[in-house]
Amino acid sequence: MTTRLTRRAALLGTGGLAAAAAGFPAPAIAQRAPIRLGGLTTLEGPFATGGQDAYRTVQMELERIDYTVGGRRIEFIRESSNAQADVALARARKLIEQDNVDIILGPLSGAEGIALRDYSRTLTGRTIVNGSSGAADTTLRNPSPNFFRFNTDGTQWMAGLGSHVYNNLNIRDVAVTAGDYAFPYAQVFGFNIEFCRLGGRVTHYWAPLGTTDFSAQVAQINRSDAGAIVIVHGGTDGLAFMTQYAQAGGQKPLIAGSIMADQTMLAARGPHRRVMIGMVSSGPIADVIDDPDWREFVERYRRRWLNEGGFPSPSIHAVNYATNLWGILGALRAVDGDLSNNQAAFQRALAAQQFKAPTGANVKLDHNRQAISDIFLNRVEERDGRAQVVAFGRTAQVNQTLGVPEAQFLALGSPSRDNPGCVRPS
Amino acid sequence: MAERAARWLIVAALLALPWLLPMILPPHQAQFWTANVFGRAIVFGIIALSLTFLATYGGFISLAQMMIAGTAGYTVAIFVDGAVPAIVGGLSYAAAVPLGLAAATLMGLLVGAIAVRTRDIYLLMITLALAMGVFRFVETNIAWFNGYEGIRNVVGPRLFGYDFRNAYVFYYAALAVAGLLYGGVLYLVRTPFGLVLQGIRDNARRVAALGYSVALHRILAFGVAGFIAGAGGVLATIYNIGISPGSIGLGATVNILIMSVIGGLGHPIGAFIGALIFVVFDTFAADLYDRDRFNTLIGLVFLAIVLVSPDGMVGVGARLRRLLGVRHAAA
Repeated sequence: MTTRLTRRAALLGTGGLAAAAAGFPAPAIAQRAPIRLGGLTTLEGPFATGGQDAYRTVQMELERIDYTVGGRRIEFIRESSNAQADVALARARKLIEQDNVDIILGPLSGAEGIALRDYSRTLTGRTIVNGSSGAADTTLRNPSPNFFRFNTDGTQWMAGLGSHVYNNLNIRDVAVTAGDYAFPYAQVFGFNIEFCRLGGRVTHYWAPLGTTDFSAQVAQINRSDAGAIVIVHGGTDGLAFMTQYAQAGGQKPLIAGSIMADQTMLAARGPHRRVMIGMVSSGPIADVIDDPDWREFVERYRRRWLNEGGFPSPSIHAVNYATNLWGILGALRAVDGDLSNNQAAFQRALAAQQFKAPTGANVKLDHNRQAISDIFLNRVEERDGRAQVVAFGRTAQVNQTLGVPEAQFLALGSPSRDNPGCVRPS
Repeated sequence: MAERAARWLIVAALLALPWLLPMILPPHQAQFWTANVFGRAIVFGIIALSLTFLATYGGFISLAQMMIAGTAGYTVAIFVDGAVPAIVGGLSYAAAVPLGLAAATLMGLLVGAIAVRTRDIYLLMITLALAMGVFRFVETNIAWFNGYEGIRNVVGPRLFGYDFRNAYVFYYAALAVAGLLYGGVLYLVRTPFGLVLQGIRDNARRVAALGYSVALHRILAFGVAGFIAGAGGVLATIYNIGISPGSIGLGATVNILIMSVIGGLGHPIGAFIGALIFVVFDTFAADLYDRDRFNTLIGLVFLAIVLVSPDGMVGVGARLRRLLGVRHAAA
């Protein structure tokens, strides 16, 4: 009897202690109080590695300025989502309302970005600066005055690729194989805008996310008279397609979307590595960019993180978070850390920011607070005994509509499988 | 007698919550707790209530309840004016919300009809399969559901001149809906329909022998649960300013089950207790424990609750009372 009571009492006691330990932190509000910067990225779910890498560069850049800007300390409060819109929203609400942050840096993925854009519209005196999410509509349609994005979107990342294929590779007819969801739609849209306008012909092959068997598609494409294949898959889908293409003895030139030609794919073992050498792609970063700013940034990243789980070269998410953080820090410096008057001066300074991203590309914002920046044309090459993505060209100052007048671009509608952006010159 | 007093005290505390919280918390945090801890817990609690209702009184564990809630949410998002992108649009909230509730009720009836001959683990699997089927369909269909990105900007109506986005308006609206549904469930289980349902739970064959149609009662129970889940789904969609497939995915589906189980499947109130515990830990675990690993803490807490009390927090309450009773007897 006594033992039973003791056990229950112990359990109750533990519960009570845990409840007491939870407590409620109450921040002190004082003159020149620290600036509270909330970070939101994905430390769970499909993009967890990208999210971890994003926090690496953010931490590295904050350490570099010793967590101080404009004479005020920066308190960095980290939160994590799992790439789902409603989870990101719950975390953002917690950062704003419970942790009382002034600025949120994040999120990482597309649907999260759109959810936070909508949430930012309901806020006054707070600002959300994107992390790495790249859905075009976040800033293109129904933009919010409190949402800023210093990185380029998935459609912008394809700038220059369509023209390169048509003009320099002299290919008139391509087969596009792409995932059947929003991000590939945006990328295919960006490729087609240029390629079709020049007169190129495109055949589309869509496959749902998570497809493992591409053999029918590969056979069909190899039989067709397409001069090249444009592959807009990512992750395991991309790997499956490439492996089966290599095994089928494919010989056509390969063109790739922005998340296809990256280290996660190149580091994987298998027959796909043979066909990937020479593959052309485009995007906001490459492993090797002939630019002193980029070399310095990569060197700093490697020194700080190579022994603590970092990659040989920072990932696309890490660079996007760093770019957006630089935008925030530049604006805070410009207003000397002054966030008064509902952040009016700070938001004006954000909108006026012009700076060089870690890649050495110039960044400025358009009227929707969306980045205009450089996009790199990349080729996969064998260097230092390993395959690397090397930039060989750069399209300067790509805007969100890829040079098409905005009204005309908006009239094309949102990218989808029924609207892949292939508009013939009339 | 004391129990009745305690019950009224809880009701009064819930009603006065927006005034009580600022006394112990800084103002902005009080608002956060009102809408994003208690408000969110009530909304999740309503969806969990639909599962608890089925499990407690019918003995059916359905994993489709979050999907059914999503059916209501998507219906509202598709038809209401102002949603982005506009799929159909043109309807006011006064018309779109009943439409959403009707859609969820229909979906509930449909799930009930499909699963009518299954029990236990098979019922679990068939409802899970239905939920995942709808989730995948919604995720890949662009024309009606806008695929992966979902439908945004469902901001909610204005109630008696107050904006729904106001934390207190949202809290009271959610509380009122929860109160009505909770009362409704308690009433329903005392009606002949509810009694037959409990009869089915205890011995379906005997109920059939008495002349009741077991299948019909089961399908109707799923319809009622569908309506409850739909009400939660509409509130959740407005709370999230829209809906995307992630809201009805596997994670969300399992979350509802976790809430019901840690709250306890013995009484409908368990759904709300479970939801509150879930939301508090979901929100604050990252503050208490390593940011990269906080899910471990959430898992441990839930494990502890289920280990200590297999019938959830409702069971803990009963155990406590028994424990105190023992003490009195000993004294």
